[in-house]
Amino acid sequence: MSIEHELKNVAPERIEVDRISKSFTTKHHVVSALDSISLKISEGEFVCLVGPSGCGKSTLLNIIAGLEQPDSGSVLANGEPVDAPGRDRMVMFQEHALFPWLDVMGNVMFGLKLKPGLNDRERLEVAEYYLHLVGLEKFHHSNIHELSGGMKQRVALARALAPNPRVLLMDEPFAALDALTREQLYGDIQKIWEARRKTIIFVTHNVREAACLGDRVILFSPNPGRIRKEFAVTLPRPRDINSVELAHYSTEITAALKGFTAGVGREASE
Amino acid sequence: MKRALTSIIFFAILIGIWQFAASSGKFSQVMFPPPSNVAEYLWQAITDGTLGSATLVTVKRLLIGYLAGLILGIPLGLFTAKFKVFQDTVGVLALGMQALPSVCWVPLALGWFGQTEAAMLFVVVMGTLWSVIIATSDGVRSMPPIYLRAAKTMGSSGLHSWVRVILPASLPYLVGGMKQGWAFAWRSLMAAEIFVTILTGFGLGQLLHYGRELHAMDQVMAVMIVLIVIGLLADKLLFAPWERFLHRRWGTGTLK
Ligand SMILES: Nc1ncnc2c1ncn2[C@@H]1O[C@H](COP(=O)(O)OP(=O)(O)O)[C@@H](O)[C@H]1O
Ligand SMILES: [Mg+2]
Repeated sequence: MSIEHELKNVAPERIEVDRISKSFTTKHHVVSALDSISLKISEGEFVCLVGPSGCGKSTLLNIIAGLEQPDSGSVLANGEPVDAPGRDRMVMFQEHALFPWLDVMGNVMFGLKLKPGLNDRERLEVAEYYLHLVGLEKFHHSNIHELSGGMKQRVALARALAPNPRVLLMDEPFAALDALTREQLYGDIQKIWEARRKTIIFVTHNVREAACLGDRVILFSPNPGRIRKEFAVTLPRPRDINSVELAHYSTEITAALKGFTAGVGREASE
Repeated sequence: MKRALTSIIFFAILIGIWQFAASSGKFSQVMFPPPSNVAEYLWQAITDGTLGSATLVTVKRLLIGYLAGLILGIPLGLFTAKFKVFQDTVGVLALGMQALPSVCWVPLALGWFGQTEAAMLFVVVMGTLWSVIIATSDGVRSMPPIYLRAAKTMGSSGLHSWVRVILPASLPYLVGGMKQGWAFAWRSLMAAEIFVTILTGFGLGQLLHYGRELHAMDQVMAVMIVLIVIGLLADKLLFAPWERFLHRRWGTGTLK
């Protein structure tokens, strides 16, 4: 297989989540992390999942990734049931999860080495392409601990992009970064999404971030984890996190979020 | 440079005091020989080949036994971390055995294997094995689970994830365990060689033993110096490269 072929955009995937439920049993009680969640995400869509912590966002992402199994319900990726991790769905975690025993290049090569149909020289070229895409072409041989938080997440992004997945699953990837670094990454991730045409499912608890990135923002509420409301964000791209139009959306979404979390509090006290 | 000079001066003074005290006539030259006698013995033992062949015998025993200990210990440690059955059996056994000073294996080794190379190897393996098992399993269990999850999404599973994720992720612990195993193996081998005369090979420990029998303390001291040098070399050759690697990659200053 040639490198041009490998670097070509693959068709993004459609994800259907069908009545997924998942609960965790701890010592003292049972937590219903997800309660019959259904969700359709179309090819190439950028969807943000928003909600306070503990409402099952990570659990849902892990189930879509195939890292966890639901108690009931199913996930379909382009109509095929998901029951294990697959190279078509790559994950970016909140803690960068980079391997400290490998350098930057080694981390990006990790998934590529497991991808058949390429020789080592081609793999290296592919890795170089993605490191360039995330702006780290000068850091091939840096050690992970030498990088800033933002650079680490860029490596994690390059590593997730390198096997050329159809879906990118991102679990609060920018939550631990400072505001300035985050803003840069908002721009970059939008550019990369335009360039590489992936379906992106992006988890965050930052409403503004969700409105900035998502075509759609989906609100979750906890105990049990449910989808409460959906917003379509129709602003043109690239979007600026500080724009007035965006503030409009985020005010609206925040109000909705407050509405039903207050509601949950009332229900609980009744 | 300045620090090297400090060390050199320190040792020169130490040897000077030793030389002075030993040749003062207050002590028996046989029991407390001056460094010049020790050097003389060293030179003679090097030139007539005694020292070379004894060193070879000892180092060979040590390396073979140590390698066997690693080859057994690392997989057992991995299993101990991953499978409850191993944890409740091998893990408990290793904890117990590690508490036993490895010299204590010498009488048993002699009883079982007689005056053979096998007895020597057995002692070295027993010295290495348990601490390697414990370090490996501790290392694996302290690995952040996110590494394995990330690897899984990239298509790693089975043997690949053991070799490419679990093992390297545990490296800081592993190197610590390997060092400890080495120290135990080295000590127990010396004990065994001093206790046991074996016809199949005459090691440094035996040289030490005969030095005592012959009341040749210059020989004893010379062998002790050789032992120190071997210990230091092992540290430099076997472990320093790993520690540099850990230091560079993990960015850790000091290791467990
Ligand atoms: N492995 C687990 N064991 C027990 N409880 C869990 C586990 N994973 C998640 N939970 C619980 O499930 C709920 C949802 O968790 P999570 O999906 O991580 O939420 P979020 O990502 O939205 O913060 C939380 O109450 C959490 O405590
Ligand atoms: Mg989460």
